Amino acid sequence: MTQVKLDPVQQENIIESSLQDTKELKKSNKKPNTVWRDMKKNYSAYLFLLPKLILFVLFVAFPVVWAIVLSFQEYRFNGSIFIGLDNYIDVFNSEAFRIALKNTLLFTVVTVPFSVISALVISVMIFGLGKISQSFFRSAFYLPSVTSMVIIAMVWRWMYNYDFGLFNYFLSWFGVEPINWLGQSATALWALIIMSCLIPFGTGIIMYLASMGSISQSLYEAARIDGASSLKQFFHITIPLLKPTTLYLVLLSTIGSFQVFTQIIMMTGGGPGSSTETLVHLIYKTGFRDFEYGLASAQAVVLFIIILIFSIIQFRVLRHDE
Amino acid sequence: MKKKPFKSLNKIITYILLTIFAIISLLPLYWVFSTSLQLSSYQSQDMERPVSYVNANPPKLYPMGIPLYFEHWAEAREAASEGDLETEKYHRDMMNYIIEDTFSSFVNLFTKQDVGKWFFNSIYIAVIVTFGILIFDSMAGYVLAKKRFPGRNIIFWVIISTMMIPGQVTLVPLFMMVGKLDLMNTHWALILPDLAMVFGVFLMRQYMYSIPDELLEAARMDGASEWKTYWTVVLPLAKPGLAALGIFTFMSVWNSFLWPIIVLNNEALYTLPVGLKTLQDANLASFKLLMSGAAITAIPMIIVFILFQRHFVKGLTIGGVKE
Repeated sequence: MTQVKLDPVQQENIIESSLQDTKELKKSNKKPNTVWRDMKKNYSAYLFLLPKLILFVLFVAFPVVWAIVLSFQEYRFNGSIFIGLDNYIDVFNSEAFRIALKNTLLFTVVTVPFSVISALVISVMIFGLGKISQSFFRSAFYLPSVTSMVIIAMVWRWMYNYDFGLFNYFLSWFGVEPINWLGQSATALWALIIMSCLIPFGTGIIMYLASMGSISQSLYEAARIDGASSLKQFFHITIPLLKPTTLYLVLLSTIGSFQVFTQIIMMTGGGPGSSTETLVHLIYKTGFRDFEYGLASAQAVVLFIIILIFSIIQFRVLRHDE
Repeated sequence: MKKKPFKSLNKIITYILLTIFAIISLLPLYWVFSTSLQLSSYQSQDMERPVSYVNANPPKLYPMGIPLYFEHWAEAREAASEGDLETEKYHRDMMNYIIEDTFSSFVNLFTKQDVGKWFFNSIYIAVIVTFGILIFDSMAGYVLAKKRFPGRNIIFWVIISTMMIPGQVTLVPLFMMVGKLDLMNTHWALILPDLAMVFGVFLMRQYMYSIPDELLEAARMDGASEWKTYWTVVLPLAKPGLAALGIFTFMSVWNSFLWPIIVLNNEALYTLPVGLKTLQDANLASFKLLMSGAAITAIPMIIVFILFQRHFVKGLTIGGVKE
């Protein structure tokens, strides 16, 4: 499913515009009748909203509320019963959840900085080129992002193959013995992490390039006149001015990697043992293999809260140290 | 002036590094296509046993059919010039065999597996959802950006705040709903929740802001109804935004995986990604067959990307879209 996060600038615009609206609304609220009259006058606006609103209520809002209710229940065939916080206690006491959380955290902590920094480096390199090479490289780095993760996972499983895989072949050039990448718990998670690091962060590259294009050239000229080296220009002009984009991309890729799932189910199934178990794969297993709907919902709510906490921390850290 | 040689050296290093990175980035996709066209079994006159180049150690880095085809072609010509008809026929047969074997897995997928059906399912679901999203989201985005009415802000904020919630939260309730509505194992179970995706409302609202109010005012002065204003003034002006939204919706529906594997378990109803997973799980399929299935799934998105590159960039910079 697709999600969108607002970048900070847009968020401010929305907040501003809606603050204005609320002020106006408050003015018109003085007479109780006017609200009803406004609604009647604007009935067509509601008609325009209606189809999306019905779909939204049925398939988004209602399921969200239901998920929260479910997380306090135990599912039985003859009707669920409320069991208070038991599911949440189970979540935090279970070994499986702890392992999944640890794996997901390791995955996120390595892949997010790597993806964002490599996207920045690649963008800076591309930005200095001519128009044609710019668009060529931009496409080359974005192309993997349009192909389904299912495909990427299948071909990486094949490249990691012990006997016939490309990876062990390349390693043999350097005299390294073949490695059973996905088949042993010592390397399986790292194999998935390496894979995620080597898939270019296409969205990041495109957004960095767009933001770099909007930095005024006069800043660089002024710096050059003052005798600043290009490295200095990069650290004192480019990086600070790209900060909103960086924040947005860090949030985006953190949310994405907390939800890592497709690679797991296509390549390892969480194994060997539980060495590559991740949160979403655990939710999937709990809900749709063990049919513990209540527990799965509680796990999903906890996942949401973890993502929320991480987003808030990143927002604070990256926003206010200018 | 003195700096020039240093600068061009810099540029060369940049090009070399970028090329290496680009090769790493595209290698997996190349490997999909290379494996899908790899010769799976080959035996010439002087070989005792047939060899498979798919499972070869060391791996063959390109489809072996290509050099072997030209070898046989050259030999066939030589034999023909010497008047050795029997040898010529042998090499001609080998050439046909090589072509047949190279494309065998694609033929196999469409004739013996349900891939044709999966392809059709994927296309028609993605098209329906894309058009539905374009219409519903542009209608909603338009009034949220341009109309003032009671409840507008509450509606917008409720919709936007759900974008923060990861899709896994609604997985179980949606599954139970789909069961209760008796939609399990139907395409409605995919289409309806996808039509409810909210990111387009946000994208459209952002885009509609840039439409000048004067144009809408002018249409109203001319006595156009609300619907007519939307259809003849707003939609044409929102075309670039619609194109971006359409492409990203199509891509996300085409590639969606977690939800379809939960609600579909009838092979005839599968979409391509779900079908690929069952092919892989069956364990009978060779990597040549699997990679051919992957290629069939990847090609439409690659074509869409090449044709509409501009809109991808636009879409990412209006709102920022992620999978």
